[in-house]
Amino acid sequence: MTLFQHKYLFKAVEAAPLAVFRILFGMMMFFGLIRFAWYGWIDKFYITPKFFFSYYGFEWIKPLGNYTYLLFGVCAIAAVMIAIGYKYRMAIIVFFLSFTYIELMDKTTYLNHYYFISILAFLMIFLPANAYYSLDALKNPKNAFQKIPAWTIGSLKLLLGIVYVYAGLAKLNSDWLLHAMPLKIWLPSKFDLPVLGSLLHLEWVQYAFSWGGALYDLTIPFLLMYGKTRPYAFFTVVIFHVLTRVLFPIGMFPYIMIVSTLIFFNAPVHHKILNFLDKILKIGKHRFDNNRSLISLNTTRNYLKFSVIILFFAVQFLFPFRYLAYPGELFWTEEGYRFSWRVMLIEKSGYAQFKIVDGKSGKWFYVDNSDFLTSFQEKQMAFQPDFILEYAHFLKDHFEHDGHQKVAVYVNSMVTLNGRLSKPYIDPKIDLTQENESFEHKTWILPFNDEITGL
Amino acid sequence: MNEIMKKHLTVLFFSILLGACSSDNGGGPMSDDVDPAPTSFERGPILENWADNIIIPSYESFAIQLEALNASFDAFKADTNESNLLALRASWLSAYKVWQHVSMFEIGPAEAVGLRLNMNIYPSNTEKIEGHIASGSYDLSLSSNRDAKGFPALDYLINGLAENDAAIVSKFNTTDNDELVAYFDAVLSDMTMLSVQVLSEWKEGYRDNFVAADGASSTASLDRFVNDYILYYEKYVRAGKMGIPLGVFSGSPLPGNVEAYHKGNVSKELFLEGLNAVQDFFNGKHYGKSSTGQSLASYLDALNTVKEGDDLKKMINDQFNAARTLVEGLSTFKEEIATKTPPVEMLLAYDEVQRVVPLLKVDMVSAMSISIDFVDADGD
Repeated sequence: MTLFQHKYLFKAVEAAPLAVFRILFGMMMFFGLIRFAWYGWIDKFYITPKFFFSYYGFEWIKPLGNYTYLLFGVCAIAAVMIAIGYKYRMAIIVFFLSFTYIELMDKTTYLNHYYFISILAFLMIFLPANAYYSLDALKNPKNAFQKIPAWTIGSLKLLLGIVYVYAGLAKLNSDWLLHAMPLKIWLPSKFDLPVLGSLLHLEWVQYAFSWGGALYDLTIPFLLMYGKTRPYAFFTVVIFHVLTRVLFPIGMFPYIMIVSTLIFFNAPVHHKILNFLDKILKIGKHRFDNNRSLISLNTTRNYLKFSVIILFFAVQFLFPFRYLAYPGELFWTEEGYRFSWRVMLIEKSGYAQFKIVDGKSGKWFYVDNSDFLTSFQEKQMAFQPDFILEYAHFLKDHFEHDGHQKVAVYVNSMVTLNGRLSKPYIDPKIDLTQENESFEHKTWILPFNDEITGL
Repeated sequence: MNEIMKKHLTVLFFSILLGACSSDNGGGPMSDDVDPAPTSFERGPILENWADNIIIPSYESFAIQLEALNASFDAFKADTNESNLLALRASWLSAYKVWQHVSMFEIGPAEAVGLRLNMNIYPSNTEKIEGHIASGSYDLSLSSNRDAKGFPALDYLINGLAENDAAIVSKFNTTDNDELVAYFDAVLSDMTMLSVQVLSEWKEGYRDNFVAADGASSTASLDRFVNDYILYYEKYVRAGKMGIPLGVFSGSPLPGNVEAYHKGNVSKELFLEGLNAVQDFFNGKHYGKSSTGQSLASYLDALNTVKEGDDLKKMINDQFNAARTLVEGLSTFKEEIATKTPPVEMLLAYDEVQRVVPLLKVDMVSAMSISIDFVDADGD
């Protein structure tokens, strides 16, 4: 074992931070799912719509009708089992699969933070999060460890660091920094907030938020790593995320991030949290303080595990840069936009009117999108090329099923990006039924004819 | 002093610097000394203007129109002749035109009773109407009877019942005319009752709720109403009055689907009235007056002082005007659709009418940051 490995990766550290992370993660996920159901969103997003937008390669994943409720139920139960640390390994695998399935059912609801939760759950499959203060450890003292290898906690910090830094890098563009876009559009509409509301229309405030946001994302993981800056950094985390919660409709994400950053604190903080929790639960925290260390052995199993984790992080590092492989402006084409921590980055909106042409009779007519899509789906579809293409193919199938023949589908679309005047988005002369989804550049997206410089 | 505090100060410093620079460069109304009227971003004054100067006066005017329509029918009942039929028809058309000014306010009380669907579903189902008259038993409050009442049903009864005016008058004059008159009365009183109810609810409480919800969210009045307003223009003005009869959603023209089909020659007039109402509302024009108040247009202006972007207000008004000019140049819709294959001029006019939609639905909504739905989002 090299010194580096010995000192940083496999050094035995307190398991308490990971246990606190596990408990809070499970609870957050449980409440997040309850909240989702409480708002009637399961029905609204996954039962009511007649058509669902699939991710390329995952077309086989569809909502399950009324069984979708069961799916959410399974996911919520798994979240509780994670929190209490009962049959943890099975619970986190079930959670990862059910949660990811839910997210893949319709890409209309895509959110960076759902993706974050999916990959975080994936990573947690490989972490001994039930070694300490869990039902598993309580029931089977053989598997209870007060100390675990440092890489386990380090991997969570690394993932959080990637999320923040990449979100910060994504902000280094001319729209964000030089034009304060899209905050210049979003902030004035929050005029009704107490105190802050009356400031949000001021231009310097909009620039301060833009630059402050970028600087925050780029620096916060580093400031959280060092003891001296950590308390201030955490204070900033709380302020920042509470602010984003107040300003934007981003649901649970701010809370999840605040709670997640607790992982950066040293173990005494987590012992305090667990002591407090133990006063309520009365399990006896001392029962877990057995001074035993979990040692990673040189087994094939562990070798495989580390290979998977290294591969996972390699993907995390490289995947957000895949946009470089596409020509054109990323914000306009959105080719390589998702899964890259581009959060609250663009104000984009569109309008798409589809024209159906019966190739045999020559008859044509327009589609009333509300016949097939919910208002939310229509909104999301209208400015994203992959949605437009998938919907066009659906329309062809639908109208051919209705008796039309050799159906061609054209679209007239207008899109506005970060306050620019709307302009035509998709080539209206292209029969979309002749185009197929792929990872290749979509040549039928009309050029942006403007420039956004930066990363 | 620690690093984080220093960082914050640095951010603040750069931000102020930048803010100052860009105001200088822009040469716009922003400068360090002049406060650019912070009230202009508040939505309360817009909602007040809408409620007090547009929505309630429109409903009041409509109520008066319906009273006049009732009076005309009473006169026609008392003395059933051709001149009273003409007078009744005039009252009907006049009320129908004012209806075009209230139809878009399908929020609150009107939404609760489904005013639009109760007043103006066309084409009307004439067989159903005849059936009701023959049987004498019907319940107009049932949703299944929506296509047998409202303005389109009256259209049939005063314009479509027979070949010519003399024949229509004689239908009302026959000895067994009781059921016909009773049906007319039932339709009228249903319309009157619903609109009286909506107006009184606006005046007694809803107005204050509407104005009080002055925030910015999917439940705030402005966000909700802007969505309703655009939907109205897109679905009921653009598609309903023009696109559907023109056949752009079906592949072949449907002349039977024009508004006021039995009257035959007023669909264009009603469309233009609707278009005017939508544009006037955009500009915050007070109902029945030439004065204007806070509106979507003034809000766009206020936003533009910050953004220094394109003059959306002007572009939207220009597009409304372009649409109006082309539609005004057409013959009656019925004639355009029934006699020309394809109806080229009307299709071109439709394209101009259509072009307003993305300006409202994409540019305006985006500029104002209107929420369309209550849903988590992290940017588009």
